[in-house]
Amino acid sequence: MSDSFRAKVDIALTVNGEPVEARVPAGRHLIDFLRLDLGLTGAHASCEHGVCGACTVRVDGDAVRGCLTLAAQLDGSEVWTVEGLSDTAEIRVLQDAFVARNALQCGFCTPGMLVAAQELLHRRPIPDRAAIREHLSGNYCRCTGYEAIVDAVEDTLRKCADEDMA
Amino acid sequence: MTLNFGNPNRPNSYIGKTVPRPNAPKLVEGRGRYVDDITLPRMVHVAFVRSPFAHARITGIDTTEAEAARGVLRVFTGADLAAVCTPWVGVLAHLKGLKSPPEHPMAVDRACWVGEPVVAVVATSRAAAEDGAALVDVDYDPLPVVTDMMTALDKDTPVLHPEMGDNLAFRRQHEEGDTDKAFATAHKVVSARFTTARHTGVTLEPRSILVDWNPADGQMTAYHATQAPHMIQTVLAKHLDLPEGRVRVICGDVGGSYGIKVHVYPDEVATAAIAKVMGRPVKFIADRLESFTTDIHARDHQIEAKIAVDETGKILGFDVDDWTAIGAYSVYPRTSAMEGNQVVNLCGGPYDFANYRASTTVVFQNKTPTCQYRAVGHPIAVAITEGLVDMAAAELGIDPVEIRRRNMYADDAYPVTSPAKMRFEGLSHHASMDKLLSLMDYDALRVDQAEARKRGVHRGIGIASFIELTNPSPFMYGIGGARISAQDGCTVRMDPDGSIVALSGVTEQGQGTEAMLSQIVAEGVGVSPSKVRIITGDTQVTPYGGGTWASRGAGIGGEAALRSAMALRDSILDVAAAMLQSDKSKLDIRDGEVVDADTGASRMPLEELGRIVYFRGDTLPKDLPRELVQTRHYITSEYPFAFTNGVQASYLEVDTDTGIVTLLKHWCVEDCGRIINPQLVDEQIRGGIVQGLGGALFEEIHYDAEGQLLNGSMADYLVPMAAEMPDMIIGHVETPTKESTLGAKGAGEAGTAGAPAAVMNAINDALRPLGAQVTHMPFTPERILRALGTIDD
Ligand code: FES
Ligand code: FES
Repeated sequence: MSDSFRAKVDIALTVNGEPVEARVPAGRHLIDFLRLDLGLTGAHASCEHGVCGACTVRVDGDAVRGCLTLAAQLDGSEVWTVEGLSDTAEIRVLQDAFVARNALQCGFCTPGMLVAAQELLHRRPIPDRAAIREHLSGNYCRCTGYEAIVDAVEDTLRKCADEDMA
Repeated sequence: MTLNFGNPNRPNSYIGKTVPRPNAPKLVEGRGRYVDDITLPRMVHVAFVRSPFAHARITGIDTTEAEAARGVLRVFTGADLAAVCTPWVGVLAHLKGLKSPPEHPMAVDRACWVGEPVVAVVATSRAAAEDGAALVDVDYDPLPVVTDMMTALDKDTPVLHPEMGDNLAFRRQHEEGDTDKAFATAHKVVSARFTTARHTGVTLEPRSILVDWNPADGQMTAYHATQAPHMIQTVLAKHLDLPEGRVRVICGDVGGSYGIKVHVYPDEVATAAIAKVMGRPVKFIADRLESFTTDIHARDHQIEAKIAVDETGKILGFDVDDWTAIGAYSVYPRTSAMEGNQVVNLCGGPYDFANYRASTTVVFQNKTPTCQYRAVGHPIAVAITEGLVDMAAAELGIDPVEIRRRNMYADDAYPVTSPAKMRFEGLSHHASMDKLLSLMDYDALRVDQAEARKRGVHRGIGIASFIELTNPSPFMYGIGGARISAQDGCTVRMDPDGSIVALSGVTEQGQGTEAMLSQIVAEGVGVSPSKVRIITGDTQVTPYGGGTWASRGAGIGGEAALRSAMALRDSILDVAAAMLQSDKSKLDIRDGEVVDADTGASRMPLEELGRIVYFRGDTLPKDLPRELVQTRHYITSEYPFAFTNGVQASYLEVDTDTGIVTLLKHWCVEDCGRIINPQLVDEQIRGGIVQGLGGALFEEIHYDAEGQLLNGSMADYLVPMAAEMPDMIIGHVETPTKESTLGAKGAGEAGTAGAPAAVMNAINDALRPLGAQVTHMPFTPERILRALGTIDD
């Protein structure tokens, strides 16, 4: 292992709205930083090379791959994981729809799927099913067959659009 | 007490309704607890050095550099672990002739497949363990490799395990009737060669185990992503020389299983052995490359098969020659011969015919071992059967639905014993087909197909009937000598506040086991499901059982739950009758209250009964039994398996320029007997269909001639994604099994069983006017273009 790789980097960021200061190895991935250093085990590591989406979290407003992002890059960033998004109730409607539709089985893909799906909620006009499927096609689910997930996202989009109108 | 399932307005009617899964809110909030989420004090991590050769003698191992690396605590070789762990042999006595050599947690002096564990490096973090593993120096002397199944038995092919004499692991030949005569005298004989690719399960959560050995207590605790915790308990105890009662396996949240996590893996046993040696918690989480190279593979088959029919399309016989290669070892304790055996058991399944010859030849090769993966053998048998039936229909100019109608067992024909000697208690092929045709509007689809064809668009409709083996009895494994429980148990108890806790031997990996059990227990006792707490996946507290595999959770675990719940209800009513000075038969429990059975008038809430029993037992008659805990076990007895049946249909479009198949829609009608939770069943079927669609169109593990695995990443091994998957319409026919009160058969594998055949038949339906046909899965664009003659080099 080279010395430069072993080098530690100081970062200050907010995670789920709380300030965090840390000294991280330069090679530490965000997903490992969240899971191992902060104990935020909601987001998961599955493929560890950016294909499956299980590690998806929100960084500065965008859904990003925790396994492709280095913690050292995140000085000054704002990171949200499923735990924080649950606590603020920001994704409550989506979560309820997932439960109602049984849009999860083992639940391993679900935190990443929710963060990815939440990105759609601000889109207007409301995307159709094909567009929802397209948007979620960076997130593997091996259990569900996807249809219930698409249903849950579609339900939530309609519900949110109705609320916008009201 | 009997349950009047036919009356939807009966009291406490939770069985048959969609109720929410109690564990879903936890999972959507990211509050699940999978093995890798668990951290124990003094925990260390293990990484494995794995063989880069498919076959090589290990001539030297130098671990000095690794041992000196930062964070590395200890390095183990195969010989080190062989000293503390006895080897195992993956054979079953009832699969006559099945052989396999003894296998160790890590290779001792010879590695037999790429990825076989050779050295284990233990360090303070997974990263340090991996860095240490990279510093281990292993000298290999490469040996000749066996990779091609069809030449594995040839005289000049080297023998993989010389002590076995040849590369044959198992052969079964089955003959019923006079097949030669049937084929000689048939109006038409249609034959084809089928290939099903090597698959793997790609569970999103990789295989995971954390083993904690506490030498002071003499207690081993394994947190394990497994489908069969009691089986693992038994295996660890046996091979690590511990009393079974001192091994506790805890299986909390599991991130997908599909059969992948029902096996005994050498690296997982190695982790337990290392924990025992080191006396501290050791964690092993497979990385994705390890998953591809070491999770069991499945479905690697090549088949020559033919069907004989008369001029009306009546099937006279099937003749099937199935070959499969299982890698370097037969996997312990379920064995890798089971899949080929299932092909013999299941071919021709839905049809009434007399002459059947089928053989399976199972050979060793230098690849990752194969074993049971969702719908074991079914997708292969269904593809052979349904492919041939469609080809025969086309030859005779009969509609694919009509030829099936002429051959399927009549719905009132049961019980029936098939030519494969499978016993069917009650199936519903015709009713299922009726339902399918109305759901899909078959005639309208044929019109749409014809119109599309006029526009030069090639659409196809594919139908596949199937049977599915569920609720296995000891005839699956136990009679072969494997310590895998076919029986399952449930303990149901009432606590002082009237709430119910149920402990079950079947497990939850996302199927919805907890919801299903909570509904059954709620109805059985007479409370609402929200009052029921389900505990699974802890061998120290749940009754010994088989776990969740082979679609046995609802049919076996559910029946045990129902019986124990009804027994508890009975004992609650004993106490209530004494307290209320009433005849027990005049009382009932509804919605958590003891009520008057006739009027439904409330007599006493359960919490009052609980208060008296637990805290004022002195006020009850001295000799009154007051057992508010009841345990019941269940095992099937009349039939070795509860077969279900169903039929699937695929509608798709083939782009004849690019070879790309676009799935337009998919239908499945399944008869899984009594449905406990319709939504959960539908989603099991949908998820299963998508895994079947993956097998039909995308999934294929590639090896080169040297046994090197070529696509060991999610970017290279394609699985279905949201964008390519169609909407799926699910329908049901309910023929409850008479073996149990509940009447539930399994539903977890039906989708996977039938989908590949439906897609194959649909593609061939689309291509038939062009004179092309595909039978080699997955049906990649390249294979379709080859069939069309567009590519021919
Ligand atoms: S773990 Fe990051 S995309 Fe798969
Ligand atoms: S719910 Fe299991 S992978 Fe999506």
